[in-house]
Amino acid sequence: MSIGHTLLGLLESGPRHGYDLKRAFDEHFGQDRPLHYGQVYSTMSRLLKNGLVEVDGVEAGAGPERKRYAITDAGITDVAQWLARPEKPEPYLQSTLYTKVVLALMTDRDAAELLDTQRAEHLRLMRGLTERKRTGDLADQLICDHALFHLEADLRWLELTAARLDKLAEAVGG
Amino acid sequence: MTLLRSRPHGERDTTVPAPPPAPPRTGPARWARDLAMGMRFAAGGGREGWIRTALTAAGVALGVAVLLFCASAPTLMNAWHGREKARENLGQAHPPPRSDRTVLYAHTDTVFRGTAIRGRLVRPDGAHPPAPPGMRHLPGPGEMVVSPALKDLLAAPDNALLRARLSSYRIVGVIGDEGLKGPRELTYLAHSDALSELTGYRIDRFGKSWDPRPLTTPGLVLVIMTCVALMTPVMVFIGTSVRFGNERRERRLAALRLVGADVRTTRRIASGEVLFGSLLGLLGGGALFLAGRLLAPSITLWDINVYPSDVTPGPLAALLITVLVPTAAVLVTLVAQRGVTVEPLGIVRNRPPVRRRLWWRVALPVAGTALLVPMAIRPGPIDDPLATGCLAGGSTLLLFGVTALLPWLVDRVVGRLRGGPVTWQLAVRRLQLSSGPATRAVSGITVALAGAVAIHMLMTGSQAGYAAAYAESGRVPQISLWGNGASWQQTERLLSALRATPGVTTARGLLDANAGRMPTPDHDTDRDLPGIIGVGTCAELRKVAHLPSCRDGDAFVTDGHRDSGTERGLTPGATINLNPPDASDEPVPAPRPWTVPPSARAAQLAPLQDGHRLYYDLLLTPSVLDTNRLTRPSVEALVRFDRDTPDAVEHIRNTAARIDPTMMEGSSIDNPHDRQYDGIRTTIFIGAVVTLLLIGAGLIISTVEQLYERRRLLSTLDAYGTRRATLGWSVLWQTALPVALGLALALSCGLALGSLLLTIIGSDVIVDWPVVAGMTAIGGGVILFVTALSLPPLWRMMRPEGLRTE
Amino acid sequence: MTPEGSLLAAEGLRKAYGPTPALDGADFSIHPGEVVAVMGPSGSGKSTLLHCLAGIIRPDSGTVRYGTHALTELTDAQRSALRRTDFGFVFQFGQLVPELTCLENVALPLRLNGTKRKDAERQARDWLAQLEVDGVDGQRPGEISGGQGQRVAVARALATRPRVIFADEPTGALDSLNGERVLTLLTNAARDTNAAVVLVTHEARVAAYSDREIVVRDGRVKDMAGRI
Repeated sequence: MSIGHTLLGLLESGPRHGYDLKRAFDEHFGQDRPLHYGQVYSTMSRLLKNGLVEVDGVEAGAGPERKRYAITDAGITDVAQWLARPEKPEPYLQSTLYTKVVLALMTDRDAAELLDTQRAEHLRLMRGLTERKRTGDLADQLICDHALFHLEADLRWLELTAARLDKLAEAVGG
Repeated sequence: MTLLRSRPHGERDTTVPAPPPAPPRTGPARWARDLAMGMRFAAGGGREGWIRTALTAAGVALGVAVLLFCASAPTLMNAWHGREKARENLGQAHPPPRSDRTVLYAHTDTVFRGTAIRGRLVRPDGAHPPAPPGMRHLPGPGEMVVSPALKDLLAAPDNALLRARLSSYRIVGVIGDEGLKGPRELTYLAHSDALSELTGYRIDRFGKSWDPRPLTTPGLVLVIMTCVALMTPVMVFIGTSVRFGNERRERRLAALRLVGADVRTTRRIASGEVLFGSLLGLLGGGALFLAGRLLAPSITLWDINVYPSDVTPGPLAALLITVLVPTAAVLVTLVAQRGVTVEPLGIVRNRPPVRRRLWWRVALPVAGTALLVPMAIRPGPIDDPLATGCLAGGSTLLLFGVTALLPWLVDRVVGRLRGGPVTWQLAVRRLQLSSGPATRAVSGITVALAGAVAIHMLMTGSQAGYAAAYAESGRVPQISLWGNGASWQQTERLLSALRATPGVTTARGLLDANAGRMPTPDHDTDRDLPGIIGVGTCAELRKVAHLPSCRDGDAFVTDGHRDSGTERGLTPGATINLNPPDASDEPVPAPRPWTVPPSARAAQLAPLQDGHRLYYDLLLTPSVLDTNRLTRPSVEALVRFDRDTPDAVEHIRNTAARIDPTMMEGSSIDNPHDRQYDGIRTTIFIGAVVTLLLIGAGLIISTVEQLYERRRLLSTLDAYGTRRATLGWSVLWQTALPVALGLALALSCGLALGSLLLTIIGSDVIVDWPVVAGMTAIGGGVILFVTALSLPPLWRMMRPEGLRTE
Repeated sequence: MTPEGSLLAAEGLRKAYGPTPALDGADFSIHPGEVVAVMGPSGSGKSTLLHCLAGIIRPDSGTVRYGTHALTELTDAQRSALRRTDFGFVFQFGQLVPELTCLENVALPLRLNGTKRKDAERQARDWLAQLEVDGVDGQRPGEISGGQGQRVAVARALATRPRVIFADEPTGALDSLNGERVLTLLTNAARDTNAAVVLVTHEARVAAYSDREIVVRDGRVKDMAGRI
């Protein structure tokens, strides 16, 4: 999971202090592993260096926690590319996919689009597995089935989440 | 949710879970509750539910109305006969002595353009005569009271001839309902001073103690058959009606099972639903009956026409109908559910496709035939309850046998069918899988048609005799008139008046009277058949006999006795009695001797003409004998007329009425049986058509229901590119097969039953083929009708909407 | 815009049921021998697209071309005839005529095309064998299992050797094993006869049998092949 892209995504909705960023991240994605403040700091430094964020303003008693970050145009493009790039289908992909869906919704992007892209990628892999099953022996078939079912589960979960969040977004946005 | 015995609110909070509720006791309360729930389903099932309930109700209503009409027949006949008895008096063997309270009474029935009019003349002897029902007092001299229908008829512009016939009397009033048999009866009662003891008879009251003759065998057979043929389809129809929408009802019951209703509960709920429909039907039937009987005045059947109030079912019959029809509806539902278990997830038909056994199906018609055949072999009067029971039972069994045979026949025939085009295959396979609903509906047709054909044959057979006789004697256009003969002068007046009447070609007539031997100590004349004396001018006499020569004053003895084979003692020079006793006269009246002129010559009676037989033993010219010496002489005239002269017959009747209104007429011009027959034939035909249409309606409902159930499949077939026509044809075949088989069975059974019944009443077996063809045509019409009306829903079901997953 | 060499192509399809649009400008194309999965959430218009492509319903606007025919211009009778001869259909359930035996069901489309009964039934028997259900000839659909029924349905869809097979959730009512078998048999048979298959499904595992998938969402089609 890319913390950098996630934090960038969070900044898309408006400039934030470092501490706010950590809180927002934990709230949305950090149920299992809250972010260390140091991770925020180091990530922000890297993003600053790459020109994806800029310091929007510093308050008195400047320390890293007092800096207010804002996303740059380059940062927005980067987030968009990241969201649009399908993840390599693999088991236990949820957290990344989940983060992507939530961010897409938070940044008013189309979660369905993301889903379609991801599904195409999953299907590409699944087609390969299906073809292997067609021609392979029983062991092959069993292995392929295992992978196919997991991949399908991913997609279904993603679809369900997207459908739910779409509704939520409608409710909030409407 | 009410199904899941919801607990009272208070109990919900108890910490200890309540033990599972004990299985419900089947008590009356439970019954009532489930029935009520079913009724609520029937009433609150949305538009579709209402349509289904309405169909059941309509079917039951029609059935109930028919039953109520049938149950009214006895009351109706009693009322009808009762009014006839109260107003009539046929005279007594010993006429009452003339008094202040007696009346001279005579019948002057006439016919006007084929319609019979009942006429009565009265002439009170004193100031306090009795009056028949329907009028407060008898009309005064030259006055008459008429029935409303006759008043209208007299007022009609083109009925001047009728007005002329009754012109001697002035209408002073209208006869009340209690004095009429029915609202359309044509009758009048007039006061005529011309009435004498010769033309009328004396009575002292109206009302007679006279019981109507019991029905003749053919009549009785006809009545029993009509009842059987009418009731059987009604019962079948009620049975079919309560099954309308059965499949969807079963689906709903399955849903109820899913939420916890047990099998018995579902049955009770189903009964409740049907009960609601049939109770509505009962009300509707009552209303239909009340509305229908208002039409009674405008209907004449078998010359019977009555008031609406006469159409009242007997209380017991009404009670039975009220109780039995809903009960039967519930029973039919329960029987229909017997082979079906409603499971939570659907219907399980746990009766494996029953192999339809033949023996008991054949047993029914065979038993019926067995009851009828002995009666056919030895035709006799049907006057005891046993014979009546045999007849009704036999006919019913035979008719029901058709209903029982049909499913077997359809199964068998369809089971053997193979191959054929796709449309045919679809229909045949469908019927092979389940022919029940179609056959059930068709069995109604079968019974109705078989009954109608049998009744028809019975009618045709028993009418054929009358028809032949009337056709034979009606060939020559003639009318005979007879009445009281006052004198030769009056007879001559009648004859010349008749000859002067428009349309009359020839007329002949004589004055005649009875004469017998003089009583002697060793000869009892009581048993003698009297001889007949005919009086007329030479011209008139020549029309009845070959005379050697004739002048006024001549007398002739005829050879009439040769035909009868008895010598009556009317020979030249013999002294005969002009006042012979007739069988009823007691004591023997005083003889009135008269001597036959010794110069009387022999004459030969003219050969028999036109079926009219001549009986004169002695022919006299007017001057030979003073006609006043004859006992109750009568006049008889035979008039021939020209058919092309309009209303010739009416002119003749008017002439006769002018001379003597009490003169009677004998003619073969209007066969009254024809009219009766036509009416009944039309009624049977209409009845058959209505029954067939009803059954067609039932077929449409079951077909559409079946289509609805299969709409997904139909959409699939449409996706496959199946032509609409293909499925349309398969619906046609699917209807046509059972109907055709039903028709064939109905016709063969009806013809068999009809032949048996005709044999029982001792009549020739005649088949009215046009009617058989007509019924077959209607059957074909029903097939087309059902198919045509099933096509729009079929095409609607074929739309791709049916493919969308629900 | 019709892609070169396509067998069946649709452009700008619009279809509304009442005020709700089911299709809102959908494009589609398929080549001979190609298996295309049509995916998308329920109510997105998948089935409506299939019905329009097969000429079962006529779109409110837009065109469907099949070979040289403009399907949307043909009369109802012409489209029916085309469906009888060139298209095959497999649905989720409820498609076999319950009164007819399995053999007669498979022979039905052939007979609707005018094939003699004997011929039709002989061919039907071959198809049943090919779908591995040769034991059910004389049985009625109610007497066989769901998997067997669906194979009979596939056999019926293939019987006329259609150019395009339309399958709408063909395995929706089957367990995984039966579903896979049916899909394998269906796609194999289609490839053997060079028929195109339009496979409507919401299951990725089913879609994995396709060569390419399209997604229908809110009445619009996204061709995922064109994306990469």
